[in-house]
Amino acid sequence: MGMASSRLVDRMTEILGPEGVISEREQLRAYECDGLMNYRVIPEIVVLPETAEHVQRIVRYCHDEGIPFVARGSGTGLSGGALPVESGVLIVLSRMRRILEVDIPNQRVVVEPGVINIWVSQAVADEGYYYAPDPASQIVSSIGGNLAENSGGVHCLKYGFTTNHVMGAEVVLPDGTMVNIGGGKAPDAPGYELLGAFVGSEGTLGIATKITLRVVRKPASVKTLLAAFKDTEEAGDAVSGIIGSGIVPAAIEMMDSLCIEAVETAVHPGFPQAGAVLIVELDGPEAEVSSQFDQTIEICEKANASEIRIAQDDEERALFWKGRKAAFAAMGRIANDYYVQDAVVPRTELGATLKRISELGSEYGMRVANVFHAGDGNLHPLVLYDNDVPGEAEKAEDLAGEIVMTCLEHGGSLTGEHGIGRDKMKYMPKMFTTEDMDTMQLLRCAFDPHHICNPGKVFPTPRLCGEKPGPFHMHPVQKAGLAENF
Amino acid sequence: MDNRNDSLDPRQDGNPYDATDATERRGVSSSTSQDQAAANAVGAGSTEDLPDDTFASRGAVKQTVGIGRKTESGSVIFPAFDDHHPPEKDLIDDCVHCGFCLPTCPTYVLFGEEMDSPRGRIYLMNKGLNEEPLNDQMVRHFDLCLGCMACVTACPSGVQYDKLIEATRGQVERRYERTAQDKAFREMIFQLFPYPNRLRVAAAPLKLYQRFGVGDKLKKAGLMKVLPKRMRAMEALMPMLTKQQEVPEFSPAVGEKRMTVGFIKGCVQRVFFSEVNAATVRVLNAEGCDVVTPKAQGCCGALSVHAGREEEFQAFARKLIDEFEDSGVDRIIINAAGCGSTLKEYGYLLRDDRAYAEKARNFSAKVRDVSEFLQELGPVAERQPMPVAAAYHDACHLAHSQGIRKQPRQTLKQIPGMEVREIKEAELCCGSAGIYNMVEPEPATELGDRKATNVLNTGARMVVTSNPGCMLQIQASLKRMGTSMPMAHPMEVLDASIRGESVETLLLNR
Ligand SMILES: Cc1cc2nc3c(=O)[nH]c(=O)nc-3n(C[C@H](O)[C@H](O)[C@H](O)COP(=O)(O)OP(=O)(O)OC[C@H]3O[C@@H](n4cnc5c(N)ncnc54)[C@H](O)[C@@H]3O)c2cc1C
Ligand code: SF4
Ligand code: SF4
Repeated sequence: MGMASSRLVDRMTEILGPEGVISEREQLRAYECDGLMNYRVIPEIVVLPETAEHVQRIVRYCHDEGIPFVARGSGTGLSGGALPVESGVLIVLSRMRRILEVDIPNQRVVVEPGVINIWVSQAVADEGYYYAPDPASQIVSSIGGNLAENSGGVHCLKYGFTTNHVMGAEVVLPDGTMVNIGGGKAPDAPGYELLGAFVGSEGTLGIATKITLRVVRKPASVKTLLAAFKDTEEAGDAVSGIIGSGIVPAAIEMMDSLCIEAVETAVHPGFPQAGAVLIVELDGPEAEVSSQFDQTIEICEKANASEIRIAQDDEERALFWKGRKAAFAAMGRIANDYYVQDAVVPRTELGATLKRISELGSEYGMRVANVFHAGDGNLHPLVLYDNDVPGEAEKAEDLAGEIVMTCLEHGGSLTGEHGIGRDKMKYMPKMFTTEDMDTMQLLRCAFDPHHICNPGKVFPTPRLCGEKPGPFHMHPVQKAGLAENF
Repeated sequence: MDNRNDSLDPRQDGNPYDATDATERRGVSSSTSQDQAAANAVGAGSTEDLPDDTFASRGAVKQTVGIGRKTESGSVIFPAFDDHHPPEKDLIDDCVHCGFCLPTCPTYVLFGEEMDSPRGRIYLMNKGLNEEPLNDQMVRHFDLCLGCMACVTACPSGVQYDKLIEATRGQVERRYERTAQDKAFREMIFQLFPYPNRLRVAAAPLKLYQRFGVGDKLKKAGLMKVLPKRMRAMEALMPMLTKQQEVPEFSPAVGEKRMTVGFIKGCVQRVFFSEVNAATVRVLNAEGCDVVTPKAQGCCGALSVHAGREEEFQAFARKLIDEFEDSGVDRIIINAAGCGSTLKEYGYLLRDDRAYAEKARNFSAKVRDVSEFLQELGPVAERQPMPVAAAYHDACHLAHSQGIRKQPRQTLKQIPGMEVREIKEAELCCGSAGIYNMVEPEPATELGDRKATNVLNTGARMVVTSNPGCMLQIQASLKRMGTSMPMAHPMEVLDASIRGESVETLLLNR
């Protein structure tokens, strides 16, 4: 722990200069966790490359010496994906933050991985464009991190996740080779869709050093409303009604009363006091938006909305969204600690799942706040607890675990957008069969046969990769009964 | 260790450093030998004689990680904080590690590393409570914080970083042993800036030196380059001294009286920007306020508290509270953002002082920034047109610390013909930050140049801001970039409008 071997420090210093190498214990501690504070590991060394070539040289050295490494962007991940490995190198990309090219005619922007999500939209705003994926963390999370987590946001219902907006990437593979995957200017490159595999790989297949993003035209018209309901069930009815009518809203977000309370104290968006609020946004051509908006209002009224507020201007719209996007962080106002869960259920199961979650909360005697992307059934139950009360953290984790299981039982998925990382690997076997996971491992081993690229993440027990990528054979150690079967 | 530095330690000339004592001497108007010594310390005449590395700066932009070895003191204290006002655990726990504060933090913007971000600093504070020592690394990252409080604005979780960093700085100053050079330089600043009389004397040689263009000649000859970085930074910041305009002890309302207000003159403000004070009082009068300005007025202690000099601060604060004790004013008006934010915190900062806690709370409750106050009061004086485009710069201690953004803009917009332009990256500090641009000149310069560029890009004809430090900083950056722009406090603009001055007159001399 701490104190990197002087050889490693020397070599990294040779590549980066002293200002790019962190090896003092106190400084390393600032990197011991990401957005999820439950897991902490002090890395051996932290390096701050400024160019793709730096990254390549660092990775090549790691490969040659068999040293594990982990990439980190802005460190906002909520599944411990950027959790360092002991005696490993943490490669922090926050100094690679140049926007390399803005190519409006081809609707592309080329960026370095440390560029912050919102900067991309800002860079093309004057031309009337924006970058669609908008995780709530968009003011801080990096494009590299977004890519690795396949991040989504409130507008993904209509526009898709990160994967739908990445056109290509330059990647340093775990052996130090630099490759380009995906297309350049022309969409649909032939060959395997490696880009699709890389996006969402949670930093286990290599490090992206350059990313080409697609930007889209801002819609001609945007309308946003806020509707208050007695409880989440009524709000859920409204959601089903809207989607069922054939409308594809740009976003539908739901927050329950605990959430409303928290964001009201934090950013004062002026949300009504209610059991649940929905934020519905429609965008597109003027006429279409207008008529569908009226329809949406009608549906909300039918679902017993106690109040409907329509954003009068961009400022008010921004305020609604500010309230929504501050939801996680605002929990700090009503609880010392919180545990964000992220799971998906089929939309039709929303009501039943929420009911079960609230029962579980009472059983555990813990408060659970709910905020979610209602349109695609992506739930974010927030389990509130106090770390200073012995045992509460564990209890919160257990409850969060039961919530995930509930979602799986209702035909859902382990994660909507925060990834598996370190936090959820133990649930993978609950969702996938051994064969499913073995197939995924094949891919991983093809990229990272020595298992040095973000090891110990995503899969519950690391599969030892054979010399060559290929079907899995039992490892000698296993045959000898010295290691568990995984 | 280079013992030549020791001659700059003000404690050397027989006047032991003591804030209370220093404050007591406030009323004495003639300059003492100590004043002279301080003046010499910063006087332009003497700086050339200093060897280059006297105050060798430890920070280079993008280089906070592997640096500082040369000037490390090696002091290590475990755990980092003791029981006397450590950064409060409860406040630390409000941080949920979301990182939303990172992109608005100027040091994160410059260095791109976690320890120089609010989240990282709070994390280190937490570790300092019982796991890690106070050593060179820790102190380095706390020192580099500008105290701009952009993180407070950005934080959705309501983390009171202002209280955390103040407590941390108090601990650092009390417990950590700085290198002799660093200590001497800091002492010199604190022997100078909180004392207007000394500052005036110190600036006098500069004034002459500027008048005869010596500075420019030196610069041309490249001689300025050999000055130590911190000294050079200080020199670059010094503005032209204009004729001092005194504020009378009592100044009556024009027309019907609406309120009686007290006025605080500030230190840097009264020495370098006495015309801003004069304009402020005229505006207050015009808006129907009797203005009381206690003559024997010391420093508010803002610089001290931001540097963790707790006792010195308390002495200043008590003194100022006393000075306003029997003034019978309804409000206490301040026109300098940096002072205002501290004045509003007296109640909290003196919470342990039995004799003063309540007085301090009452005092703070009365304090208003002048723009804030004018918007509360509502305008009565007639404004004459002032058709000019001005870029408004948010001083951190106004916008982030006090949440005052609308009022100064409103004040300007109430002037017919006035166009207020927004500056890109408005939330990013200009690098002035109290004494920061003197102790950490390199990051400060980079931030200053970045701000100046954004200011120029507005295409406005002038820049308006409410803090003297920001004015000095932006001015210095513009100058370095070989350009300039008229600069004014909102009160100067308003005063000019009320008096019916023309735009040209307003822009002239500023
Ligand atoms: C308050 C809050 C709200 C959030 N809201 C959302 C939301 O609405 N939607 C959502 O999807 N997520 C959300 N998140 C989670 C998080 O912001 C996203 O996962 C984000 O994409 C992480 O980006 P980062 O730069 O912080 O990455 P990090 O946390 O630093 O890293 C995340 C993962 O990416 C890998 N990685 C980083 N850079 C690279 C690279 N260049 N190449 C390869 N791998 C890399 C790391 O190894 C790690 O596995 C939220 C987080 C917080 C704290
Ligand atoms: S006060 Fe300013 S410099 Fe300090 S941590 Fe906060 S944002 Fe950064
Ligand atoms: S925004 Fe607030 S809660 Fe989030 S990391 Fe920064 S200080 Fe902590």
